[in-house]
Amino acid sequence: MIKPKIIAFYCKWCTSAGADLAGTSRLTYPPNVIPVRVMCSSRVDAEHVLEAFKNGADGVLIGGCHPGDCHYETGNYQTLKRVTLLKKMLEDLNIDPRRLRLEWVSAAEGKRFTEVVKEFTEEIAKLGELKVEKL
Amino acid sequence: MKRIGVFVCHCGINIAGTVDIKRVVEAVKNFPGVVYVEDYKYMCSDPGQNLIREKIKSEKLDGVVIAACSPTLHEKTFRNTVSQAGINPYNCEIANIREQCSWVHTNMEEATEKAIRIVKSIVAKTLLDESLVPIKSPVVKRALVVGGGIAGIQAALNIANSGYEVVLVEKEPSIGGRMAQFSETFPTLDCAQCILTPKMVDVASNENIKLLTYSEVVDVSGSVGNFKVKIKKKAKSVDYEKCTGCGICVEKCPVKVPNEFDRGMSERKAIYTQFPQAVPNKPVIDRENCTYFQKGKCRLCERVCPFGAIDFEQEDEVIEEEVGAIVLATGYELYDVSNMGEYGGGELEDVIDGLTFERLLSSSGPTSGEVRRPSDGKVPKTVVFVKCVGSRDPEHHFPYCSKVCCMYTTKHAMLYKHRVPDGKAYIFYMDVRTAGKGYEEFYQRAQEEDGVIYLRGKVSKIYKSDGKLIVDGFDTLTGRKVQVEADMVVLAMAIRPSSGAEKLFNLLKVSTDANGFLTEAHPKLRPVESLTAGIFLVGCAQGPKDIPDSVSQANAAASMISVMFSQDYLIHEPIITGVNEDLCSGCGICVAVCPYDARKINREKGTVEVNEILCEACGACAAACPSGAAQQKNLTDRQIISMIKAILEE
Repeated sequence: MIKPKIIAFYCKWCTSAGADLAGTSRLTYPPNVIPVRVMCSSRVDAEHVLEAFKNGADGVLIGGCHPGDCHYETGNYQTLKRVTLLKKMLEDLNIDPRRLRLEWVSAAEGKRFTEVVKEFTEEIAKLGELKVEKL
Repeated sequence: MKRIGVFVCHCGINIAGTVDIKRVVEAVKNFPGVVYVEDYKYMCSDPGQNLIREKIKSEKLDGVVIAACSPTLHEKTFRNTVSQAGINPYNCEIANIREQCSWVHTNMEEATEKAIRIVKSIVAKTLLDESLVPIKSPVVKRALVVGGGIAGIQAALNIANSGYEVVLVEKEPSIGGRMAQFSETFPTLDCAQCILTPKMVDVASNENIKLLTYSEVVDVSGSVGNFKVKIKKKAKSVDYEKCTGCGICVEKCPVKVPNEFDRGMSERKAIYTQFPQAVPNKPVIDRENCTYFQKGKCRLCERVCPFGAIDFEQEDEVIEEEVGAIVLATGYELYDVSNMGEYGGGELEDVIDGLTFERLLSSSGPTSGEVRRPSDGKVPKTVVFVKCVGSRDPEHHFPYCSKVCCMYTTKHAMLYKHRVPDGKAYIFYMDVRTAGKGYEEFYQRAQEEDGVIYLRGKVSKIYKSDGKLIVDGFDTLTGRKVQVEADMVVLAMAIRPSSGAEKLFNLLKVSTDANGFLTEAHPKLRPVESLTAGIFLVGCAQGPKDIPDSVSQANAAASMISVMFSQDYLIHEPIITGVNEDLCSGCGICVAVCPYDARKINREKGTVEVNEILCEACGACAAACPSGAAQQKNLTDRQIISMIKAILEE
């Protein structure tokens, strides 16, 4: 099994805070996920996800606040719409849509954060290295 | 290229225990733009901060990356440190290699590898960081309060008592709102008028409050700190400078119309004051019903007025006020009984709503507080109260709980029993919700001391037979059908936002929920702010609530406004999403995704404009923009992509 390379976009208010909580709680998870902190998950553009795949990422994780809890009220709904569309687009590009995942992790869910990362890392490892011909 | 210095913190063994600091330092040295790297045991300590300041000067750094703990902890600290050494604080970034690296991994090799990638991505970001200055905009230290019920009164008094001017706008001739119509208040049974009217008088006598009754907001422009509001003062047809409120005109006026304040159960004149304790206690002419205005003859009030205060020529006047903040306290009304055909609502005269019953209980009401039914003035010996009428009924009416009905219906039944001790009071209920201080005790008292009978179940039908109101219901506790022969029925109708408020909300572009109540900026953390900065929401305009909750909200909004007015400028984080006008086609996609109404299309220029004070920097617009014209400051697409590349580079 490969050691997958994963880019993760965390929103500042929920998921990044949840990741910090995993740290202060000294929970452990695989080190394959490298974080990029954004203000809101809705800041993540399709272009960013595609650039990640193009530059060698095997998986992309986007973490936002739970529905109804978004710091910016509606940002995570925008993200959900975009990710749904983007997954369809990935299929057209011959990229398994499972390589892109959107998860809601709150600032209190340190444990859940680690579970998400573990599970996603395993899934991407199973899917193997992403070979992108032209993007 | 920027000259970047990277400072790697050991955090004792918190980072150094799992991350090989030496290897990080060696790797970082080769990153583009990095001219200096140093590690230290505790970077946040005084010597650590001194080290950073010294090296900024000696190495002529113009960008700094601190590889340490989460930015939540020390981003402010280090930005402060670098600005003391002359660097714009927005050129300092934190690489989180503790919470999101050293603390969550055990294998040093892997943790070190990850830490290097994290630092590399933050260096890539810092290379493209711009120097930014916080956005400042002046504040007009005056507030507008719309709605003169208890919530609006409380907010206005608090803001005024903090030393700021308030414009209080009320559409009715008097302030007081719904609370002025109440009899006694749960759970203490204080008389509503006794606790409300002194506050109304305080409003009138407060030098900082400009009271505009019989007035409506007709236009609003501008934004937080600087709103321009147009207010229509409807013609009162009475010169308040001259009028003393003696009331002779009211006495002599020959026209009688149903009195809205008493829910149509008494009559008022065409020239009238709303109720005896009205503030201001001066009359207005209701032109729709005035003989002179309708037929051109009469002018009796003018003849009897000893002060020449009647002014038939008075016209509506629109005035403009500048304010820095707006409080919406537009209140509620009851869902009309005529919506309840199965209960005879609107058909059967003795099927009334809760507010009408309040007037029957009120000592200043049409019956001077005696419970007499509207149809024939007889004292009803059996009264049925029905709760959740229109509320909690998503299929037919509204899905939400109106919150106050459980308590006021209990109060109604209790007060009825006090007035008519040999009478019977039945309450049909779905649930009894008594969350609130002293509320459960009050409910117990109604059952145990006053003998109010609670029946758990819905009423299916109310109709008239042999002069009695037949209430068909079902008792779900015994599993039996119940039929009560009543003399009067009181329906606890759903609470609805005031009619007319919707127009105002649209004008202000504040959002409402599916039921028409105002939406707060955050349901838990920003409960009295709207999504539009500078606009606050209090009382039932935001959702059904009781008097203590309305007062608390009003206090909260007033305190937030006082904080805002205590500064001469509004200071705003500069990491907003701007517009590159050369790239913007004015498509408006960003306008649609902005939750704060911070963006709008300038038709003349054909591009989008940003109100920087309103932008909260979520970046949703930047991702939505198809041309790359919308870019978030210091988190541009170029920066994000550059971070991604830095992370993935072999």
